[in-house]
Amino acid sequence: MKRVITATVQNRSGVLNRITGLMQKRQFNIDSISVGKTEVEQISRMTFVVEVEDMQKLEQLTKQLHKQIDVLKVADITDHAIVARELALVKVVCPPASRSELQSIIAPFRASAVDISKDSMIVQVTGDSDKIEAFLELVRPYGIKELTRTGVTAFLRGHQPQTADGNTYSLITN
Amino acid sequence: MKVKAQAVQERNPAAKVPKTGADLFVEALQAAGVDTIFGYPGGAVLPIYDALYRAEPQFKHILTRHEQGAIHAAEGYARVSGKPGVVIATSGPGATNLITGIADAMMDSLPLVIFTGQVGRSVIGTDAFQESDVMGITTPITKHNYQVQRQEDMPRIVKEAFYIATTGRPGPVVIDIPKDISGEAYQTAVSSHAIHLPGYQPTTKPNSNQIKKLIQAIEEAKRPVLLTGAGVLHAKAAQEVENFAKHFKLPVASTLLGLGAFPASHPQFLGMGGMHGTYAANRALYECDLLINVGARFDDRLTGNLAHFAPEATIAHIDIDPAEIGKIIPTSIPVVSDAKAAIEALLAEESSATASEDWCNHLQQYKADFPLWYNNPVQDLTPQWVMQAVHKATDGKAIITTDVGQHQMWAAQYYGFDQPNRWVTSGGLGTMGFGFPAAIGAQLACPDSTVISIVGDGGFQMTMQELSVLQERRLPVKVLIVNNQSLGMVRQWQEFFYQERYSESLLNVQPDFIKLADSYSIKGVRLDTQEQLVQQLPSLLQSDEPVVIDCRVLRQENVFPMIAPGKGLHEMIGVSR
Repeated sequence: MKRVITATVQNRSGVLNRITGLMQKRQFNIDSISVGKTEVEQISRMTFVVEVEDMQKLEQLTKQLHKQIDVLKVADITDHAIVARELALVKVVCPPASRSELQSIIAPFRASAVDISKDSMIVQVTGDSDKIEAFLELVRPYGIKELTRTGVTAFLRGHQPQTADGNTYSLITN
Repeated sequence: MKVKAQAVQERNPAAKVPKTGADLFVEALQAAGVDTIFGYPGGAVLPIYDALYRAEPQFKHILTRHEQGAIHAAEGYARVSGKPGVVIATSGPGATNLITGIADAMMDSLPLVIFTGQVGRSVIGTDAFQESDVMGITTPITKHNYQVQRQEDMPRIVKEAFYIATTGRPGPVVIDIPKDISGEAYQTAVSSHAIHLPGYQPTTKPNSNQIKKLIQAIEEAKRPVLLTGAGVLHAKAAQEVENFAKHFKLPVASTLLGLGAFPASHPQFLGMGGMHGTYAANRALYECDLLINVGARFDDRLTGNLAHFAPEATIAHIDIDPAEIGKIIPTSIPVVSDAKAAIEALLAEESSATASEDWCNHLQQYKADFPLWYNNPVQDLTPQWVMQAVHKATDGKAIITTDVGQHQMWAAQYYGFDQPNRWVTSGGLGTMGFGFPAAIGAQLACPDSTVISIVGDGGFQMTMQELSVLQERRLPVKVLIVNNQSLGMVRQWQEFFYQERYSESLLNVQPDFIKLADSYSIKGVRLDTQEQLVQQLPSLLQSDEPVVIDCRVLRQENVFPMIAPGKGLHEMIGVSR
């Protein structure tokens, strides 16, 4: 099962290596990872999408992450109300004759053409992973020359429904 | 160029030298209360060794003859004293020679603070002479690691390293110090000495709900068992655990590393569990309906096949590391806590429950019916008998260190540890070459104790160069080689599981260990018979001098009983003759 896990970490050299190394050592599969600064200086936030077998493995992963000295907070936010987004840049084959046709695909996805050349167009699309998949499916027949994706970054929504029945176990208390 | 001969003649520790980053380092060690350092100099740590030279005699620096010897010695020192072991090595090969010891300390939760030299900051990343990526290499095998990037951070980093290494679940911390950081004159003021570790707050006090739940489980249990691990020793909780076990009349099984946490001679003690554990301990772990694990991590050598480990039991697990709880076995009563605090809280509940007499008698019957056994010929030395003779000669009070393998298991089975922190062995990593240097560290930590390094003839040859340290310091370590002229455990497995194809496990050619000892001006004695041993062993072990004892034991002796790989605790073989 896919889980979305966020971690706030001290922004020190080697911290990303420490965490990806830990996942490799403990045999966890990382689907995507995104890292960036937060509103607090010296604190970064990481969002992982990982593939785990069961809840026991998941618990082990969050505990191992939390054990790292540079990790301040770990949360599995999969079962909460979240906003999860990623960004993809797609270089699509696009002779001048196809431009308007591609534009008509871009518009409903609220994607944008960020670069146009003689025979290709770079499209930027943001959204949840399903939306990006759907978009890629539509432009694939035109020919995708290059593709890059940032991986998911995610937040808890400001308001959480009170009926949360997700796994809200705590890391430290018993 | 003319050599200035006069310059090298002077030896003046107090010579006026501007204060360098290395002096900050030395001050930080002093502040941490360090008195003993195990190390080996080299290019990238020249400034550090210069500062140590100038600071003499504030530290006892033990120059081992290989960096691996230094770190295993520091492990032995930490294991018996509970204090952090301190190691210094140079960059590149110096640092990489430490890797086995760092991994060993990580697996067995030993507090070490390790300083490695590094090339100067301006050439890091250029494949400079003796450069290696110490941060990258040690990240997966340390509790934490640092590279000092600014001189003014040195005091804080050293302080944090000692704090991290010795609190919570202990472990090794590496500090990588670039040569320019240690070598350059120190100008700016220290930024701050204060520890700043917002992401590190180990839980040490138990949750009272879980304590109540555990008490309730004890009251309801029909077949409870207490399993003691090394966490008891780290928490200095042996007395509390003994009180606890006595109060509830709990039968006690131990892990390999937990030996000494509960007195082996106590009637409630069933022995060590696991692959070469006693029948009684393993049956108790198999048949119990409540397993109270204090400070053990359910290592695979203890549990055997997980499907058959405590299949009917409610699992209660007291551990200071939350990540250990539920890692191997689903746990219904998790107690994240220091072992001492948890046991004190359990005793404070004043429950009057006791384990049922039927259950205790049942286990005592196993103990009586299926004790450890071996065939003892009249003359020849059997290794098991040697262990018992060592126990007798030392009244069971010696500090025993070992490597990994047959001799380790025999020592664990037959020495009978009644006191905590007397047993120094490489459990998790299973490191050959560990025992002898570890004995050096243990002897330095406990100068008045008898320290015996029980080693195999294979393992001893991996680190025997440290005989130099005994020679130099006249440390009275006793090296007892259980010499079966083979890599015994490898040979045993080849006999059982590879149809006696003894591939590369027979050491038919060996050095003359007596002459070897002699070349270091150390007394060497060879013992071939029981009679010789009875006559000579007591005085050899009581000597104030180092001794190497080459015990020629029966070559084909195997460790029993045994659980074959993949089998469960109830499937022991070699339980009786």
